[in-house]
Amino acid sequence: MKFYFMHLMPYADLDLSYDEKHNSAWVTLPNTYYDPKKGHQLYNRYLDELEYADQLGFDGICVNEHHSNAYGLMPIPGVMAGALARRTKNVKIAILGRALPLLNNPLTVAEEFAMVDNITGGRLIAGMVRGIGAEYHSWGVNPAFSHERFQEAHDLILQAWTQPGPSVFEGKHYSFEYVNVWPRVYQDNPHPPIWIPSQGSSETIEWAAHPDRKYTYLQTFASVSTVARYMKMYKDVAAGYGYEATEDQLGWSLPLYVAETDEIARREAKDHIEAFLQKFLRMPMEMLLPPGYTSVKSMVGAMSAKAGHSMKQTIDSVIDEGKFICGSPATVREKLEEYQDQIGFGHLLTLLQFGTLPAELTRKNMEIYSKEVMPYLRNVTARRVA
Amino acid sequence: MSFTESLETVTGTKIRLMRGGKGAPLLFLHGASGASRWLPFMEKLSETHEVIVPEHPGFGASDSPEWLDNISDLAFFYLDLLDHLCLEKAHLVGTSIGGWLAAEIAIRNATKLRSLTVVAPAGIRVKGIRKGDVFMWSPQETARNLFHDQAFAEAMLAAPPPSKEEMEILLRNKLTSAKLAWEPRFLNPDLHKWLHRISLPTLIVWGDDDKAMPVVYAPAWRDLIPNSRLEIIENCGHLPQIEKADRFVELVNGFIGEVTR
Repeated sequence: MKFYFMHLMPYADLDLSYDEKHNSAWVTLPNTYYDPKKGHQLYNRYLDELEYADQLGFDGICVNEHHSNAYGLMPIPGVMAGALARRTKNVKIAILGRALPLLNNPLTVAEEFAMVDNITGGRLIAGMVRGIGAEYHSWGVNPAFSHERFQEAHDLILQAWTQPGPSVFEGKHYSFEYVNVWPRVYQDNPHPPIWIPSQGSSETIEWAAHPDRKYTYLQTFASVSTVARYMKMYKDVAAGYGYEATEDQLGWSLPLYVAETDEIARREAKDHIEAFLQKFLRMPMEMLLPPGYTSVKSMVGAMSAKAGHSMKQTIDSVIDEGKFICGSPATVREKLEEYQDQIGFGHLLTLLQFGTLPAELTRKNMEIYSKEVMPYLRNVTARRVA
Repeated sequence: MSFTESLETVTGTKIRLMRGGKGAPLLFLHGASGASRWLPFMEKLSETHEVIVPEHPGFGASDSPEWLDNISDLAFFYLDLLDHLCLEKAHLVGTSIGGWLAAEIAIRNATKLRSLTVVAPAGIRVKGIRKGDVFMWSPQETARNLFHDQAFAEAMLAAPPPSKEEMEILLRNKLTSAKLAWEPRFLNPDLHKWLHRISLPTLIVWGDDDKAMPVVYAPAWRDLIPNSRLEIIENCGHLPQIEKADRFVELVNGFIGEVTR
């Protein structure tokens, strides 16, 4: 199993009483809530944390793309990846991802990823996503064409990476007479690893598991039972295609907090994870699921689920569901060992900074996790494979 | 209520159609919320016209065809439909997205048309005047913002929650509306350049308290269509045909009467 340090780079200095006046930390939250002086401190602190993960022995570090919100300050994740490319030596750098349908020219992603891959000598992991529903509001992109644009942008980027240029691309949304990306990707046999982060979708799994792709499916923020269900689905789909999915094709991304004891962990994490859940993730249905973002069928499901229980997420609710792992090293080891054994994921992406979690606690979390959890799980899973 | 319902296959696309009444044909083009029910204003118009109410491809019980990407596709489809139904001298009436669609049809080919009525149409931009963001409105905001008289909103909100089938239709209607109008928002940037080609007698109807398509748009339409007349209905929101059904029918009948005298 491989271990990654994932960052969202939230605007941790957000005035949390914003929700007395605004219904979301996305799209319409005035950017006057952002103070560039504080932002300057935060960006550099967060980059330090990502660099520190390299020293602590993580296998990879992860950045991602979000627009017009306090939840994540990396609208152009390549800027972060570029900064990290030179300051880290060993870790993989995963950009998870670029949101392909939001872009009017997907070749910019082919270029950006290829540059990071070249600078790092092949440490890039290429993430491709459709973006959060809210971003179709912020970016003025038609969600009704989200799936089409994702497919086509993906095909275009793959063509740019794998076919000698110049070549012609004839699509519905994108057309090019000269696809000829310089630089070529460093990992050119056949291309950098592609990861597909998803909130859970059978269509995405069918597509990612296809023998032509065998992309790593990354389940983001979901209950353990959901993670287990989708990873089993991936394995079943692969078996249906006539091959056995490897651990390398399955990843899980979740927030985690480990401290000296269960009690300390819960006490230290509570306010910060609840800020993440209740303030940074806050958005109405109309933002989260614009028309076309998911199929009408899944929308009907989501609407009736919402009508059933729109319960507020708390530290206890997310710990119970296994969406958030929190506790002493022993507790965290035990849970992760059990889940890994049951579910069989090969990549574990932990969000060790979340919401308003301050620098000292983030570093402590990273240190305890890397010293008391990672080595143990490395041994256990290595033994299991042997 | 006297109307019939049928499914018609027009150039390979199946659509649901309601028809009622006798007289000169009046083709009604619905807005974003579709046309699943025969409404009182349709009944009243059918006293003097043959009223034909299709559900656009992508809405209600009609097919969602692969070819439908934008308002232009829909406009050409309706030219096929006019041929298919062998309509001549039809009075074309459209509201909101349907008003936009009616104008898109009329600039392309008006030979089968006798008159045009557009009600709070989308499709153009008056710089600095923002349209309501119907895609961001919650169901409560939508009900409140569509009507001037909040009794209509209360009635809409008091209705029992939609069944699973009705929910599916609501979501399909929203999806197709997004396809046509998300970006640029309720706008064909080229439409304003060609509205001068409409030589049909044209009636423009607008509610004075329209929060979806502000009434400031009304004179812009009047100025762009040469042979047009503007009627503003007082104390009325985005759906005059519902909120002020009698006045709306009176205006349409009066206008068609003048045109065909």
